[in-house]
Amino acid sequence: MTESDILVEVRDLKVHFPIKRGLILDRVVGHVKAVDGVDLSIPRGKTYGLVGESGCGKSTLGRALLQLTPPTGGEVRFDGVELTTLAAGKLRTMRRRMQMIFQDPMSSLDPRQNVESILTEGLQTHGIGTDRDDRRRIIGETLDAVGLPRWALSRYPHEFSGGQRQRIGIARALVLGPELIVADEPVSALDVSIQAQVVNLLDELQDNLGLTYLVIAHDLAVVKHISDVVGVMYLGALVEEAPSDRLYSEPLHPYTRALMSAVPVPDPDVEDRRERILLAGDLPSPANPPSGCRFHTRCPWAQPTRCADERPALREIGGSRVACHFAERIATGELRPHKVSAQIVRPEGEGEDPAVVSAPTEPGSYV
Amino acid sequence: MALLEVDDLSVTFARRGQRTVHAVDGVSFSVDAGEVVGLVGESGCGKSVTSLAIMGLLPRQPGLRVGGRAVFDGTDLLQLDDRSRRDIRGRDVAMIFQDPLSSLNPVIPIGLQVTEVLTRHRGMKGEAAQKEAADLLDRVGIPDPRRRLKEYPHQLSGGMRQRALIAMAVACQPRLLIADEPTTALDVTIQAQILELLKELVRDSGTALVMITHDLGVVAGMCDTINVLYAGRVVETARRRPLFREPRHPYTVGLLGSVPRLDAGRGERLNPIPGSVRDVLAWPDGCAFAPRCTRRIDECVGAPPELTLTYDGRSYRCVNPPPVPGTPPPAATDAGAPEPATGGPVPAPREEEKP
Ligand SMILES: Nc1ncnc2c1ncn2[C@@H]1O[C@H](COP(=O)(O)OP(=O)(O)OP(=O)(O)O)[C@@H](O)[C@H]1O
Ligand SMILES: Nc1ncnc2c1ncn2[C@@H]1O[C@H](COP(=O)(O)OP(=O)(O)OP(=O)(O)O)[C@@H](O)[C@H]1O
Ligand code: SF4
Ligand code: SF4
Ligand SMILES: [Mg+2]
Ligand SMILES: [Mg+2]
Repeated sequence: MTESDILVEVRDLKVHFPIKRGLILDRVVGHVKAVDGVDLSIPRGKTYGLVGESGCGKSTLGRALLQLTPPTGGEVRFDGVELTTLAAGKLRTMRRRMQMIFQDPMSSLDPRQNVESILTEGLQTHGIGTDRDDRRRIIGETLDAVGLPRWALSRYPHEFSGGQRQRIGIARALVLGPELIVADEPVSALDVSIQAQVVNLLDELQDNLGLTYLVIAHDLAVVKHISDVVGVMYLGALVEEAPSDRLYSEPLHPYTRALMSAVPVPDPDVEDRRERILLAGDLPSPANPPSGCRFHTRCPWAQPTRCADERPALREIGGSRVACHFAERIATGELRPHKVSAQIVRPEGEGEDPAVVSAPTEPGSYV
Repeated sequence: MALLEVDDLSVTFARRGQRTVHAVDGVSFSVDAGEVVGLVGESGCGKSVTSLAIMGLLPRQPGLRVGGRAVFDGTDLLQLDDRSRRDIRGRDVAMIFQDPLSSLNPVIPIGLQVTEVLTRHRGMKGEAAQKEAADLLDRVGIPDPRRRLKEYPHQLSGGMRQRALIAMAVACQPRLLIADEPTTALDVTIQAQILELLKELVRDSGTALVMITHDLGVVAGMCDTINVLYAGRVVETARRRPLFREPRHPYTVGLLGSVPRLDAGRGERLNPIPGSVRDVLAWPDGCAFAPRCTRRIDECVGAPPELTLTYDGRSYRCVNPPPVPGTPPPAATDAGAPEPATGGPVPAPREEEKP
């Protein structure tokens, strides 16, 4: 693949958030390594899907890629331009070419703006369109593209259903004519039947406009459906990256295997035949990740050597990239899974006294 | 005789100056002993209100009206006074919710909350209750249970809290457990753990389970019988395999076409249902799904579709069901099959607001 086929290239990206304590939060007692050394590239016109459990750093990665959260380290190249060192003015002009759509369309839309002003705002900021009529034309085309009627222009966000609001969110991103769209959980707030409408819309827009997507979601089936390549994250790092079909048929990393086997499939025959790999215990805290392979505390294949003290790098194995010391020997069946006992993981703020909370009002809800 | 027989349950919320909400509109279903029954449907279709009505947990607000019957082992739960209802709740029928934090008391240690259930319903006290509580936590897979007993809900992760709640719910070996989206707030690997745990409990103790969810994958994996709800009505009831293999209600067909499958290839477009659940008929009679249905015919909007019973406990509410794959469509539906969405008394399916 030549250089110009790659639209986005991320190298060793890190985002560490300081954990602050003390009365005026002046003491840094550690860091949440939300993203801790991610390499990935997204080819032009393709979709890269990012999956992983809550708190593994998906959103932070997406935001850091767009420079909405400043990275702690690493590089992000967009169409050959290094963004992390770009001057603010230049970055602003680049922003037009990379847009984001969010999970909850309601909270990302200003309730006091009608749809027309939501869409016009971006055009004005970036100086797109020669005059009012020209902007009207652009907005009209965008509405058609996302399947909203013209009368929507004079309405306010609350007058729309969830699916329509997400269309408005997509229109707002699309009106600027971006090349890259980062979609963070674009359908997870929507009902099943509406999800499919939005997923199809994203697919269509890509076909018609040649858009490049980074789609972030915890719903594996959705991500797999729209992505060409899927990256699986665990505690701030990629553990596997594979073409989306291969991810289900031949997962190589133990975590990917567990994840794939955990997703329910709406087909009783498949469900009855499937072998579930149940993981023990909870996801460790990203503020205090396990040593070595971060998955070793829950990995059914963990070995006494290397796993606990040597962090595996992403390696190329048969067209996938996998971060596991023993991936080949697990794939051949030479290494067998064993039972793992669950370890307790504390939620944030552990150890404090229970705050005085008003008891729930629902009668008898304490079972 | 079924363990729980819900018959023509209806719940309406009336508020002055607002349209009355028919949250549940003549829902009937039954649960046999040891059976896992699913209630599936999209947001707002009345799943939670149905279960809360059965449990007598609906908020006492003016304008609330509950009708119909919910007969559990011979007694109509809807007719009980508060006292007898509390007795049954926890002992014979227990419920777990989506958000365990809202149903665990935040200022009381987990152990005390479990032993309280044991004391109230099983008369256990002191060390015996402590031991039983620890055993229960152990059984639901909470590591180091003795220590956990002294901890507060906020010290446990979401998955562990849900386990603690399940421990409390099964403490008295209830004959019926109602789980309202018990895994929706959890990550998929934790969801798998909790579902496995529920399956195990049902298998080992013979507890019947009503599983409420919007996830067709979850019901495919664990329910014996499934009820599909739309706009407060049960539109289709079937055993697990027939439902997925040959759905008879257009809404069920639509739902199945909408969900991307993990085991399908990349590429094909999904077949979404047009419009949204907020598209409603201007009049309450008729099929609630009509504004979105591609098989709609004139008969659909005149009166509520009758329940059609077929073999093996299957039933659906549709006057123009899609033909079963592999069988020639009966002559009547053949003749009546119209061009979908042309003219007629209902507007074409579209995702439009009707405030
Ligand atoms: N602004 C911030 N300050 C401090 N910590 C943060 C901040 N944003 C995120 N984090 C932490 O970084 C980690 C990764 O968060 P992130 O939101 O990227 O996860 P995610 O994978 O998107 O999860 P979800 O699926 O729940 O959206 C979490 O532990 C989170 O608490
Ligand atoms: N206390 C209430 N007062 C008025 N309307 C209510 C009340 N509780 C629920 N409703 C309405 O009843 C309908 C059914 O709600 P219910 O909570 O049962 O839906 P659900 O199927 O559980 O949806 P979800 O999947 O979102 O949990 C909704 O339209 C809701 O707005
Ligand atoms: S490196 Fe070891 S612990 Fe990590 S995934 Fe591979 S086998 Fe498991
Ligand atoms: S065919 Fe008629 S009765 Fe059946 S779901 Fe469609 S609108 Fe309702
Ligand atoms: Mg996120
Ligand atoms: Mg509900």
